Amino acid sequence: MTKEKRQIFVFLIFALALLTIPFLLRESYLLNVLVFIGIHTMLAVALNLLLGYAGQISLGHAAFFGIGAYMSGILTARFALDPWLVIILAAVSAAAIAFIIGFPILKLKGHYLAMATLGFGIIFYIIFNETVGWTGGPSGLSGIPNLQIGGIIFDNDMCNYYLVWIITIAVMLLSINLSQSRIGRALRAVHDSEVAARVMGINAWVLKVQIFTISAFISAIAGSLYAHTMTFISPASFGFNFSVELVTMVVVGGLGSIYGSFLGAAILTVLPEFLRVFEDFDIIIYGLMLILITMFMPGGLISGFQLLAQKVNLKTKGK
Amino acid sequence: MDNLYQYLLSGLSNGAIYALIGFGFAIIHNATGIINFAQGEFVMLGGMLALFFLVFCGFPLSPSIILSILIATVVGIIFERLAIRPLKNAKPIRLIIITIGASIFIRGAAMLIWGKDTHALPAFSGNDPLYIAGATIMPQHLWIFAVTILVIFSSRLFFNHTIIGKAMRACAYNAQAASLVGIDVRIMVMLSFSISAAIGSLAGIIIAPLTMTSYDVGIMLGLKGFCAVIIGGMSSGLGTVMGGLLLGLLEALGAGFISAGYKDAIAFIILLLILFFRPEGLFGKKETERV
Repeated sequence: MTKEKRQIFVFLIFALALLTIPFLLRESYLLNVLVFIGIHTMLAVALNLLLGYAGQISLGHAAFFGIGAYMSGILTARFALDPWLVIILAAVSAAAIAFIIGFPILKLKGHYLAMATLGFGIIFYIIFNETVGWTGGPSGLSGIPNLQIGGIIFDNDMCNYYLVWIITIAVMLLSINLSQSRIGRALRAVHDSEVAARVMGINAWVLKVQIFTISAFISAIAGSLYAHTMTFISPASFGFNFSVELVTMVVVGGLGSIYGSFLGAAILTVLPEFLRVFEDFDIIIYGLMLILITMFMPGGLISGFQLLAQKVNLKTKGK
Repeated sequence: MDNLYQYLLSGLSNGAIYALIGFGFAIIHNATGIINFAQGEFVMLGGMLALFFLVFCGFPLSPSIILSILIATVVGIIFERLAIRPLKNAKPIRLIIITIGASIFIRGAAMLIWGKDTHALPAFSGNDPLYIAGATIMPQHLWIFAVTILVIFSSRLFFNHTIIGKAMRACAYNAQAASLVGIDVRIMVMLSFSISAAIGSLAGIIIAPLTMTSYDVGIMLGLKGFCAVIIGGMSSGLGTVMGGLLLGLLEALGAGFISAGYKDAIAFIILLLILFFRPEGLFGKKETERV
């Protein structure tokens, strides 16, 4: 098989496996966890485009997630606008904000970029908390309607599973395509050496703003879906800690790998469920994971799997 | 008028703390080029350790303070030794993630050890306000001002007039050249982490009686300290002090006259504006980019 065919094959198996899971699982609790894994995968993929491919950190991505969630929540719960229309509106607004803020913010590099995006994220977190008349403030916003198409109302785990995962798979497909297009190669060039990329005629600044905008667009869609599946949102889900959790997902899974983002999202969503037994240990374990994986496995867990697969391959060929 | 005076006073004392924390950022940044995202956790450690020794163990004030600073410094050294040194020459993005990981880890450990409660540290010399020239002032404010001035003067002496301080500055200018003239760069980096941790924990100790302390105060205080150093410019010690005081005053006035809820946003809006329009800081010199 050629490389491209193998890629399509792998993706099809991945997508099919995900779409058949609900038939094997009857338990609604696990489906519910899987819905969250889907939303987190979308966010991790979005952040990975920026962090893994372009090499630009964002410690404020929870803000875009929050913008999507709050726009959907407020406009459907308080103004009864059409939810699908609002999802698009929210995503476009988040993208517009990212585009405008992107030009000055992505001029910054390294640590300064990290601090600026962090500041940006915290400003939005404070806005979510303080504009009580709109967002309900710290006590949250409830009464967000479920989505519906025709007669189907997405109010149970099975429906939500398909809603979230179909969109997530589409996002993953688009991201894989994007990463292998001209833009993706240009991004990797910027990642390796911005100066060299610019010498080759890549407008690194505009490129970074573009990918930041796309990333915000996807994150806002994830936010809208989160609001409609949860029907309740509060600022705590969109704070600095969540931004860091997203970075952890991308790093743990593997920088620059779309499947890695899925793996990272899955691990970080499932882990707290297990750790509930030792409550309060999750934060310390996240910290340890971030340190250890960055130090000893810069390619993330997915690179470990790939290495393993290669070894197995070599062994079977050797026989 | 009376309100304004109170705002100014609390603004200046918070500002002094921000300046101290910012100092810690600048020392590590100048020695290594790293922005240490775990800086705020040293501040938290200072406050929580002092509380632990003073209130739970019943030690007297000065041994508690000294022990707290010592332990925080040791944590700083261990952090440098285990997480930073093995990664020298790594890309900034990896270093950022490592220091974030360390900050989460230290915060999590503090939560497991001391719990989630917020505590008040007793003020160093009581809570009776002093009357100076018709105005009231808490003794703790005087402590903060005195300690800040002391730290700034002694660090100035240290960096300009001792051989180790000069060696550290040499490393900041050019680590390779410094090692060629016989300076052990690794020791200087370790030293910068320990000084930075010591100053950070000291800041955490002296502010704890005014603002309460808990396992998670480090995030905000650390970020404000970073904001102070960005306003002032990484390369300028006096600039950091001015940046801290300016930030403290703007915050206090903003909280007093505009809205208390948006107090924290003020710092970050200033941070973004400075980074966008004058990334070298108000008092710093512009650096040329090296490829």
